[in-house]
Amino acid sequence: MKKKNLLTRVIIIAIVTLVGLYLVIGPRRRPTLQDFTWSGIKQTLAHNIHLGLDLQGGSHLVMRVKTEEFLKRLTEDNYVAAQNAAKDAGHEIKGGRADAGSGNYRIVLEPADASKAAEIKEAVQKKVELGDTSVWSYSQSGGTLTWTMTPTAERLLADNATTQALNIIDSRINALGIAEPTLQTHGAQSSHQLLLQMPGVQDPERVKEILKGESRLELVHVVGPPSPSPAATYPTEQAAIESLGGTVPPNRKVMQYSERIEKSADPNQPRPKQWVVVESPAIIDGSELRNASAVPSQGGGADDYEINFSLKRAGADKFGAWTGAHINEYMGVVLNGEVKSIAFIKSQIYDSGQITGRFSKQSAEDLALTLRSGALPAAIEYLEERTVGPSLGADSIRAGVRASLVGLALVVVFMLIYYRGSGVNAVVALILNMILMLAGLIVFGATLTLPGIAGIILTIGMAVDSNVLIFERIREELLSGKTIPSAVDLGFQRAFITIIDTHVTTIISSLFLFVFGTGPIRGFAVTLVIGLLVNLFSAVYVSRTIFIWLLSRKKVESLSI
Amino acid sequence: MFQILHAINIDWMGRRRVFIGASVFLMLLGLGSAVVRQATGRQAFNLGVDFKGGTVVTARFKQRPTDDQIRAALIQKGINDAVVQPVTDRTDTVLIKVPLEGEGQDGRARVREALNQFGAEATPGTELEQDQNASYKIVGTDAVGAIAGAQLRNKAIAVTLAALVGILIYIAARFEWTYGAAAVIAVFHDVLVTLGFFSIFQIEVSLNVIAALLTLVGFSVNDTIVVFDRIRENRKLHRRDSLYKITNDAINQTLSRTVITNGLVFLSVLALVLFGGDVLRAFSLALFIGVVFGTYSSIAIASPIMVWWEQRLDAANREATLAFNQPRNQPRVIKATRSAKQSLRDASKPLH
Repeated sequence: MKKKNLLTRVIIIAIVTLVGLYLVIGPRRRPTLQDFTWSGIKQTLAHNIHLGLDLQGGSHLVMRVKTEEFLKRLTEDNYVAAQNAAKDAGHEIKGGRADAGSGNYRIVLEPADASKAAEIKEAVQKKVELGDTSVWSYSQSGGTLTWTMTPTAERLLADNATTQALNIIDSRINALGIAEPTLQTHGAQSSHQLLLQMPGVQDPERVKEILKGESRLELVHVVGPPSPSPAATYPTEQAAIESLGGTVPPNRKVMQYSERIEKSADPNQPRPKQWVVVESPAIIDGSELRNASAVPSQGGGADDYEINFSLKRAGADKFGAWTGAHINEYMGVVLNGEVKSIAFIKSQIYDSGQITGRFSKQSAEDLALTLRSGALPAAIEYLEERTVGPSLGADSIRAGVRASLVGLALVVVFMLIYYRGSGVNAVVALILNMILMLAGLIVFGATLTLPGIAGIILTIGMAVDSNVLIFERIREELLSGKTIPSAVDLGFQRAFITIIDTHVTTIISSLFLFVFGTGPIRGFAVTLVIGLLVNLFSAVYVSRTIFIWLLSRKKVESLSI
Repeated sequence: MFQILHAINIDWMGRRRVFIGASVFLMLLGLGSAVVRQATGRQAFNLGVDFKGGTVVTARFKQRPTDDQIRAALIQKGINDAVVQPVTDRTDTVLIKVPLEGEGQDGRARVREALNQFGAEATPGTELEQDQNASYKIVGTDAVGAIAGAQLRNKAIAVTLAALVGILIYIAARFEWTYGAAAVIAVFHDVLVTLGFFSIFQIEVSLNVIAALLTLVGFSVNDTIVVFDRIRENRKLHRRDSLYKITNDAINQTLSRTVITNGLVFLSVLALVLFGGDVLRAFSLALFIGVVFGTYSSIAIASPIMVWWEQRLDAANREATLAFNQPRNQPRVIKATRSAKQSLRDASKPLH
């Protein structure tokens, strides 16, 4: 029975070892002779093991979508729409406001005639989405109408904005042609964070600028100063506001206009600030955009580019109808809340336009790219940015491998001196542990990071601990006068309980690290967990088999331990 | 058979007051350092950018300027409170740490502007050596904002506590609540002592150091379990012995394993300290201190606490049984009282 048992064990170990070894150094294609030379093995090894950004070089960016900005804009837009709806229905509104402070989004309307409140509510809710009770809860006190965003809707809308931002950023990354990027949400859902990892990207500044570009495009009706020719402007914001009678009504907006500077102008000189009054809401916005591309300006120099854009069908219809009705007036192209160009409407325009503004070739191309991918629902901010150059990564690999090998060598030498024959046993188990651990990393598609290498070194420590526990116990049993076979048996049995307890506790704490930890901590936990699981096989099962084999050969008189 | 530490018989439990006293002293020392530093306006811990926010730029030069030259160049571009730190294992490389700035300030771009005074940076995508005209290259940056810093810090603390609760529950299930609690208290002790060292010597605390503290937690519990496991076994084999003696025996029986394993782990960690490079240095240092105290605490902290607790529970139980059984079962009561007294005597045994 023992013999048969031994054979099964040997077969299992041989299969596991060979499979593990092939996973680590075997290529993922039909192997050639070349693959089994030293340099071939090194190459496949590098190919099989996924290295983290800290080892292979690359950029790691954590960004946050400013969802509160999105909700604030939504509230303000609805406020303007509600005012307009009330006025259209023939009610006068004497005051009101859109509140967006302290995480509470609220719209307040104060009608001139308090008794008309119910009618105004009807009129507003019919035309504006404030009627959606899943998003806005309505309350009325005296004659004042109040709509408050429900916490559920707040959460949902913010989550949607994050998802939308993720999709837009994803399409921008793809348009940039970055190799093997990973983009995912990061941290708790309520934190609205995204994590972008770009292997090989060392200098993420341009990428950061492009991803951050809000690219909110609007086409607006420029109404002040009245009928300018050519486009007149106000010199200060104050002058623009005064032209409206001191306060800006909800259907008007004062915007900065950065005029196109003539080529002769010194590019370092600050542009003169100018202001215009535009109608709110905009005629159409960037969501109606079909395409955008950078083209050299007509008659401009090498560094004078503009952006041509075209509109989707529905947008074009809307735009055409509007321009048809406003011939001989002015429209403005607004980018991120700033008027970029003002055009005189000579005839009906349907589906295309330009953004002029003395862009360089690069900035025009980047802007066109972000316009095509759509506007971000809200601005993003960068919370964390880590870049590692490949040479720095290579230094870390070298240091990590060197430390591992020195540690391993020290352990091997000690075990061979202290436990002699049985030390060989431990060394075999240790080497097998290393191989299977790497195989485990490959099978689970885990990434090897710098702290991961530290995890490997610690696994060496834990692995050797299992053998020490077993050997010390066998020695103890031998000293208490047991026969060799029963001392080995008892040693394994007793030590196994301890090994299980120590391994399970370490795996429990590592799992916490893996599930809740971030970057480096996770990389560490992954190698440790895989290493410990493998260790149960290599240090206990394999080591035991070697002892069974030793004891089965002949009657053993002494055990080298 | 070549063996160290054979047939040892040390009364560990008898020295528990010395052990606990020494540990309390060390913890107070660390706490004192943190409190005094905080109170005098310095930092309790030398927190790295991971937790404090800020930018670290790793720059590699063809001809490295001195630290003072770099500092002067930074000041010229308005970066006044930067720390310039040489890298010990690469003389051509330097770390430049810029504290947290307002939103929209790009630390990397500003440092680059300052370094351009020493010559051009290698063009993106090329190594420093390949670019003839370049005199330096930024080979790495870590920029962490205030929100991310606070988030990483809170997460690290939460994860550690969660892991400890997990360990407590597992040990409680496999042994007793008292064992689990004693192990967790010992782990707290190790973490506090290590943090104390970090405060006293102002070693930088980064995310990697947190990983090291978590490893230390694993190791310390590992060691404690080996001893507890032996106690559990001995309790079944020698029912008549007092817990005091059983614990002493268990520690002595596992002592050679403790010394060998921890000696080997100590050696691997030493290899990490010496050869692991600058990036892993703080990590390895934390482990280095942790391994020493993890070993010490399973013998000197976890076991005495567990013994003391068990004896208190035992005594309380026996007294309860005593009161309940008194009128009827005279002989058993006497026996019980005696052993209750015995365990109380053990608990308050003076040093010998």
